[in-house]
Amino acid sequence: MERKQLAMAAVNLKGVFKSFGSTRVVHGVDIAIADGEFCVLVGPSGCGKSTLLRMIAGLEEISGGEIEIGARVVNQVPPKERDIAMVFQNYALYPHMTVFDNMAFSMKLAGESRQKMRERVEVAANILGLMEYLDRYPRQLSGGQRQRVAMGRAIVRDPQVFLFDEPLSNLDAKLRVQMRTEIKELHQRLTTTSIYVTHDQIEAMTMADKIVVMNEGRTEQIGTPLELYDNPANLFVAGFIGSPSMNFLRGKLVKKEAGMQMQMADGLLMPVPASASQEGREVVLGVRPEHLLVRDDGVRAGVVVVEPTGADTQIFCKVGGSDVVAVVRERHEFKPGEAIRLYPELTFLFDPSSGARL
Amino acid sequence: MNRLLENRNFLGFAFMLPAAVLLLLFLTYPLGLGTWLGFTDAKVGRAGVWVGLENYIYLYGDAVTRLSLFNTLFYTVVASVIKFALGLWLAILLNQNIPLKSFVRAAVLLPFIVPTALSAIAFWWIYDAQFSIISWALVKLGWIDTYIDFLGQPWAARLSTIAANIWRGVPFVAICLLAGLQTISPSLYEAASIDGAKPSQQFWYVTLPLLTPIIAVVMTFSVLFTFTDFQLIYVLTRGGPLNATHLMATLSFQRAISGGALGEGAAIATAMIPFLLAAILFSYFGLQRRAWQQGGSDK
Repeated sequence: MERKQLAMAAVNLKGVFKSFGSTRVVHGVDIAIADGEFCVLVGPSGCGKSTLLRMIAGLEEISGGEIEIGARVVNQVPPKERDIAMVFQNYALYPHMTVFDNMAFSMKLAGESRQKMRERVEVAANILGLMEYLDRYPRQLSGGQRQRVAMGRAIVRDPQVFLFDEPLSNLDAKLRVQMRTEIKELHQRLTTTSIYVTHDQIEAMTMADKIVVMNEGRTEQIGTPLELYDNPANLFVAGFIGSPSMNFLRGKLVKKEAGMQMQMADGLLMPVPASASQEGREVVLGVRPEHLLVRDDGVRAGVVVVEPTGADTQIFCKVGGSDVVAVVRERHEFKPGEAIRLYPELTFLFDPSSGARL
Repeated sequence: MNRLLENRNFLGFAFMLPAAVLLLLFLTYPLGLGTWLGFTDAKVGRAGVWVGLENYIYLYGDAVTRLSLFNTLFYTVVASVIKFALGLWLAILLNQNIPLKSFVRAAVLLPFIVPTALSAIAFWWIYDAQFSIISWALVKLGWIDTYIDFLGQPWAARLSTIAANIWRGVPFVAICLLAGLQTISPSLYEAASIDGAKPSQQFWYVTLPLLTPIIAVVMTFSVLFTFTDFQLIYVLTRGGPLNATHLMATLSFQRAISGGALGEGAAIATAMIPFLLAAILFSYFGLQRRAWQQGGSDK
C-alpha cells in the first residue's frame, strides 16, 4: 500500500442536488472532505444520505452541482474511472466466485497477471484475517466474514476514496461494535479518504473525523463528533446526536432575581444558559439526560420508571407535563410515583418555530 | 373406530390415499401398460402375447422410425437452442425499464396461453400453399416470384414446424428466465460496474453464471416439451410430407391408433424414455449443481 501516500484525494461536493422526476431528494449540498479524512453522513432513513453516496460513486446521476474527487470534476465520469471502491449494505459479493475471485475480480477485468492478483489479494487478506477463507464461497462465510471480504475487495482496488453504504446494518449488535473498531483501525492504517453512510448516530460519533448530519435532503450541520455534541446548531441535530436523546421542554423566558429563567406552562422554573436574553420569548429548552443531576436544589420531577443498566441508571420521569429522561452514574432505588429533584447542569435554548439554536 | 381416527399413521395414510389412487390409476398404470404393450404384438381388438424385443428389433431396421428419430432430435435441438437464445434476449429486454412494462410482459405470454391446436391452425394458414400471408408479403415486396410451399417440401416443412414450435415455446423460456434475472441483486451489477466491468462483461461474469441454475431447469422442461411435441405436428402436417416431419410421438400415435399396431406404437413411445432421462440427468449433473449454491459445509 506504499504508493498510496501520493494518490489520496479530497472530495468536494458543491451545490449538489438530485431529483427523481419532479421530486427533489437532495437539495444543494456543500461538503468538503479533506484528504485522508473519515467522513460520516448520518441521518434518519430517507434523508438522502445514501443517494448522495451513490452520486459520489457514480451509480446515480447528478441532477445539478459538482462533485470533485482529487480536484477532478467527476460528474460525467463512469464509476469505474472514478478511482473509488464501495462497500455495500448487503456486501454485494459475487455468490458464484470464491473469496479470492471476489477480491481479485477488478484486477481480472483490468487484465492483471495471476501473480500480481495473488500478491495484492494476500496483502488485503492478511490485513483482514481472511487468508484461510480464500477458497470459500460467500455462502460458506458468516456475516462478519462476508463483511470483511467486501472490505477486502475494496482494499485490493487501492482506490483514492472508500465509500461505505451502511455496511454494518446487517450484522448483530455485538459484531457491529467489533467491526466498527476494525473499520476505524483499518482507516488509521490505510489513511484513505473514506465516506461512510449510516443511520446510527453512535457509529457516526465513534468512527468519524467529520460528521455530516442530514435531514430531508439538506445538511443540518457539519463538524467533528464532539462539536456536534457540545454545540448542536439546531433542534434536529441536538435531538439526533446523543443517546438517549436530548430532552426538550417548552416555556417562556422570565426574569427573576436569580437571573433569567424559563417558566413552563405549569409554572415550573428551569435554569437557562447565561446567554439567554429577550424576556417573554417562547423557547425550547434542551437538556441531555446525562446533564441532569439528582440534587436537592433541582426541579421537581415525578418518577415513572427506573431502568438500571449496571454502569448507569436511566430515570424516566415527568417534569411538569413533559417526559424527561435522566441518566445518572450513582445507583438510586426510586419507586414509581416518587418525587425527586433534577438539576440541569447544562442547557441549550432553541427557537420553537425555526428550530435554530439561540 | 374413534381410536382409529386419532391414530396419526392411519390418518396420514387415509389423507394420502386419494392422491395415491389418482397417481397409480392415471400415471403408473398407463406407463406400465404402455411399456408392457411394447413387448407384445397387441393389435386393436386383439390382446397381444409376449414377443420380447421383437418390436424393437423390427423398428430398429425400419427406415421411417429412424427418420422420425432424426426428425425428433433435429427438431428438439434446433428449436431448443433458438428458444433459449430468443428467450434469454427477450428476458433481458423485459428486465430493463421499458414503457408499459407490465403490459408488454403480459403480451409476451400470449402465445403460451393460446391453445396449441388453435395457434397451430393459424400457422396452417400462414404456411398455406395458396393463401400464405408470408408468401403474399414477400411477393408484394418483390423478393420472390412464386408462392413458397412451406409444408410441401421436406426441409421447408421441418423448418416451418420448428418455427411454429419456437413461436409457442419462447414465452415460457423468456418468462422463467425473467424471473431468474429478477432474483439477481442489482447491487451486484453496481459492484461490478465499480470493479470496472463493461455491460458485456457484467453479462458474462455476473448474469450468466447466476442464471445457470434457472437455465438448467427451464431448458430441461423446454427440451422435454419439445421432444414429446405432438399437437403442433398433428395439426400442421400429420407427419408429412414423406414422413419428413414425423416425430416419435406422432409416429407412435399413427402406428398404434390409426394403424392399429398397438405393440409397435407402444414400443416407439417407450423408446423415447431413455432420451428424456438423458436430458434430465444432463441438466441435473451438468448444469444445476454448483458448489457455490450449496453453502454451509466446509470444502
